[in-house]
Amino acid sequence: MWKYIAKRLLYMIPVLLGVTLIVYIIMSVAPGDPAKAILGDQATPDAIEQLREELGLDDPLLVQYGRYVKGLVRGDLGISYKSKGPVIDEIIARVPTTLYLSLSATIIAVVIAIPLGILAAVKQNTFIDGLSMFIALIGISIPIFWLGLLLLVYFAQELRWFPASGASSWKHFVLPGIALGFHSMASIARITRSSMLEVIRQDYIRTARSKGMPYKQVITKHALPNALIPTITVTGLQIGALLAGSVLTESVFSLPGIGRLIINSIQGRDIPVVLGCILVFTLTFSIINLLVDILYAFVDPRIRAQYF
Amino acid sequence: MDKPILDIKNLVVEYRTDDGVVQALNGLDLTIMPGETHGLVGETGAGKTTAGLGVLRLIASPPGVVVDGTIILDGKDVQQTTEKDMESMRGYDVSMIFQDPMTSLNPVMTVQDQIAEVYELHENISHDKAIELTHAMLELVGIPAERGNEFPHQFSGGMKQRVVIAIALAGNPKLLIADEPTTALDVTIQAQVLDMMKQLKKEYNMAMLMITHDLGIVADICDRVSVIYAGRIVEQGSLEDIFDRTRHPYTEGLFNSLPNLTDRQQKLKPIKGLMPDPSNLPSGCTFHPRCNYVMDICSKENPPRVYRGESHYAECHLYNEENIMKGGVIERD
Repeated sequence: MWKYIAKRLLYMIPVLLGVTLIVYIIMSVAPGDPAKAILGDQATPDAIEQLREELGLDDPLLVQYGRYVKGLVRGDLGISYKSKGPVIDEIIARVPTTLYLSLSATIIAVVIAIPLGILAAVKQNTFIDGLSMFIALIGISIPIFWLGLLLLVYFAQELRWFPASGASSWKHFVLPGIALGFHSMASIARITRSSMLEVIRQDYIRTARSKGMPYKQVITKHALPNALIPTITVTGLQIGALLAGSVLTESVFSLPGIGRLIINSIQGRDIPVVLGCILVFTLTFSIINLLVDILYAFVDPRIRAQYF
Repeated sequence: MDKPILDIKNLVVEYRTDDGVVQALNGLDLTIMPGETHGLVGETGAGKTTAGLGVLRLIASPPGVVVDGTIILDGKDVQQTTEKDMESMRGYDVSMIFQDPMTSLNPVMTVQDQIAEVYELHENISHDKAIELTHAMLELVGIPAERGNEFPHQFSGGMKQRVVIAIALAGNPKLLIADEPTTALDVTIQAQVLDMMKQLKKEYNMAMLMITHDLGIVADICDRVSVIYAGRIVEQGSLEDIFDRTRHPYTEGLFNSLPNLTDRQQKLKPIKGLMPDPSNLPSGCTFHPRCNYVMDICSKENPPRVYRGESHYAECHLYNEENIMKGGVIERD
């Protein structure tokens, strides 16, 4: 088992290198000069040229990237063009906010989605099923920023149940968590329903019922553990989507997290900060995927036998 | 005389799908006495499994609908029983061995937990005690107790079927429904499992409904036999009645389809044609399009039930009260 995990962790290195290289190239090819962005519209061409040289922006792309990777190996994410402070400090200051946001979104999504999916499957083709899947359809279709604005207008402005911005208490994360989690909730509920529908038609469900087990218990004890594998897969992927969604959510709710940092840094051409944020996202996503694969083994003994 | 453990009268079951109504059972009559082993013989699609599931009230609904008839199980009307009472009967008064051991066990649960559930559900005992009983049961069906904490994928087909049998026996049922318990197994394993079942049956003195298409198994294990065709019993009698005093042309066809080991030159005589489409059954006697003795009346009227003795009957237009006694109507007798 440990050997497997170590192998998977090693595989992350090429992934991280590949992602940073692609982002580096995109940022360099994209229009807009970091030096100009830092110094502002009033700067003289001489000053800009001087800053470009200082930042090493005139070197060939691969040389620049090589320099970045060299730093990376030493655990150095570089210096922010804008704040002149180490990138790592800026990121660490903002990680908790994004972490709380993703966590609350995941909890809201999973806690609603799994019961909803089970209910829809067990009551297939009834009103409950239709209603659940209608909610799920809305969840998949509705844009995060719009849902966020709606929640802000009703629950923060009109009813004043929750604060509209900031990140100082759990209350600040309820509305953003719902806005961000709703979409994932919908996907997870749909996949839970369909895998549950498949499982409850299996012979071993009939065997369990033939023992005299009450239907509810058959569902929770026999059907659910078997239906969870696709649900876990989708939940893992959805956490990736949550990271992307956090960019929007943090903007709408003015949360000081990684998502907003990355937006501001892209606008300011602060390449080291952008790369740092992307690295954090990539690493998080890779680790979550690893956790998902380990979780499979806990749920399904057949997978356990295969890998561990 | 004892009260029957199972008494099915005129059971009609339909599967109502978007593509049409499948008539799975069309007035099935079946009575099993305590301790009796009753063979239910017929081709694939004749409604054998539906009959078994009906007794446990586990016919998938939708699409399955019990349209008519009664099932009296140990004195209780299965159709009228509450779900809660039904649950206490399933696995305890009646249990079922399912056809395919490969898919009948939960893949993410240990074998012993799946058996122990039966004890926990019906006997109100602790998990540890249930596991203890489970280990004894595993040994009884020929599996070392220490393998109990393994998962189904670590077992061979024959072992899995033994586990399925252990689940069915754990509740010490009065009636055991065995739905083709050996069909998915190799011949050598088949013989082992059958021997084991015979022995266990003797030990527990339970009644058994043996659902099979294999006449060899019927000869080996059954006391009475019902031959089912298109959801209806066409001939019923004791083992000797069915084997030595065959009356129905369909039963004759089943025997003629068996290879003759003593005369290997002899050609097989399979029943011509296929099982009728159960969503579009032939009129009159449902067997008439395949019958070698078909007459005009066969496609027009349902055949009468003619009794040869108190417990042997056939449903066929060939017979009346006299000629069924002496036989000689079909080739086999």
